[in-house]
Amino acid sequence: MLRYILGRLLSLGLSLIVASLVIFTVIEVIPGDPAAFMLGLNADEATVAALRADLGLDGSKAARYVGWISGMVQGDFGTSYTYRVPVAELVSDRLWISIPLAVLSLILSTVLAFPIGILSAANRGRGLDYGIMGGTQLGIAIPNFWFGMLLVLVFAVTLQWFSAGGFPGWNTPLAALKSLVLPSIALALPQAAILARVMRSALIETLAQDYMRTARAKGLSRRQALLRHALRNALIPVLTIIGLQFSFLLAGAIIIENVFFLPGLGRLIFQGITQRDLVVVESVTMLLVFAVILVTFLVDIAYAIADPRLRRRA
Amino acid sequence: MTRLPVSMILGAALSAVFLAMALLSFVWTPHDVEQLVIANRLQPASSEFPLGTDQFGRDLLSMLMVGARVSLAVALVAVSIGVVIGVPLGLAAAATRGSLLDELIMRGNDLIFAFPSLVIAILITAVFGPSAFNAIIAIGIFNIPVFARVARGGALSLWTLDYILAARVAGKGRTRISVEHILPNIVNLLIVQATIQFSLGILAEAALSYVGLSVQPPVPSWGRMLSDAQTMIYSHPMLAILPGLAIVLMVLGLNLMGDGLRDLLDPRLRRQRQ
Repeated sequence: MLRYILGRLLSLGLSLIVASLVIFTVIEVIPGDPAAFMLGLNADEATVAALRADLGLDGSKAARYVGWISGMVQGDFGTSYTYRVPVAELVSDRLWISIPLAVLSLILSTVLAFPIGILSAANRGRGLDYGIMGGTQLGIAIPNFWFGMLLVLVFAVTLQWFSAGGFPGWNTPLAALKSLVLPSIALALPQAAILARVMRSALIETLAQDYMRTARAKGLSRRQALLRHALRNALIPVLTIIGLQFSFLLAGAIIIENVFFLPGLGRLIFQGITQRDLVVVESVTMLLVFAVILVTFLVDIAYAIADPRLRRRA
Repeated sequence: MTRLPVSMILGAALSAVFLAMALLSFVWTPHDVEQLVIANRLQPASSEFPLGTDQFGRDLLSMLMVGARVSLAVALVAVSIGVVIGVPLGLAAAATRGSLLDELIMRGNDLIFAFPSLVIAILITAVFGPSAFNAIIAIGIFNIPVFARVARGGALSLWTLDYILAARVAGKGRTRISVEHILPNIVNLLIVQATIQFSLGILAEAALSYVGLSVQPPVPSWGRMLSDAQTMIYSHPMLAILPGLAIVLMVLGLNLMGDGLRDLLDPRLRRQRQ
């Protein structure tokens, strides 16, 4: 087990190094000088030179890369050029929106997908199964940001149950939570459709195993056999997908935050892009990639604990 | 010949409608989509404007037609990038199974998979400037590992078969075997994957153009139509509903067609169904 964890840790480290190199290079290959890029066409030379010095652009590329990474490791993400505050400060404010949003949607999509997938598998080949599968096809095809707009149209504009966007802050927890309801539904629905399909096919596969026949033969009802034996064994592929979905939810949240005007990490990236604040874009992107790679690592470890066969294979 | 499933016919029909709309838009649209006629703004549906007009007086139907073209073109080129680069990599990895080359290709794949694709796509388009070209590159990069993996997986199982052994005994090299004997036998797998990636590409393009990082105005795209409509949603909800519906129907059509193709082309599944 220890060898397995060490192996995964090594690949985690390697992924992070390569990811940071990719992001650094992309920012580096910007046509022209990053300082000139950030200041726009009309900047005078003295200002550009000052910013160059400020960003440490006069040093070598290798020195800049090492400086950036060692800063990030110590929690120093650089200073935003437009906001004039440390990026770490901007990020920590916004994490309080992005993380609850992603977690809420992950819970919602799982809670929706499990019963739907189980129901569909238990009724395989019948009308209900076809109905559910048709519904999930539709769910997969709906872009989450459009679904968000439809939710606004129905629940904010027509019924006026929710506000159309914005975030009141966590000082009023209920209002804050309420403002995350529509965005997390918009994010969760397409993911739930995918998850329900995975749940169904994983269950159908386990239901065909010999031990399921044994379970029935020793007198368990269909329902008992399904819930006690099949469900547990079908969970491994389902967990894989839930882990992968975290990355989709993070990326999806970037778009959804723009639909609902939520001041989260996604909005921060876009403001960084429109204001050409490369320090913000670079560091926030790296942070998102780090979060995704870390979750993948944790999911890998979780399987090895759940399924000893995986440990041996590695 | 097995009977075609209804869902596949429906999917093919939906895809055909949008393809026809896109192709027709090259030679004819009901109105010029780049001309803003403020006098015509926010017209309801009529015989002149079958779906009405937007806040700049542009005909919605014409915009949806040109939008279909943009969407299909971006997704098509992005899928092609994945096929042209990914498939040879996958074939090479399979042909040299267990070698350093195989290991390098597969680890590189894992790495791209580990990235949140949309985040990187946003980074690329943000740095190189928003354009259809950069959107294509950003989406295309993430298709490479997908096709490499599918090609490798399919090829690996073929390499163990007797007729490949016969070809090796006959003195054919690995490259020649890959091209002459492996590739034709994994084409089915690749076609199915291409349909799936195509529909994902359309969704990705819509998301990128919604946040303004794909095709630039005045060329209309479905995603941009949605972001333009967002402020009008209170007074003119149809402006937000129609482009979204176009995306959903197009993606649904491709997915249904992909599922049907998979059932049809995979003999293993066909036997299961009978």
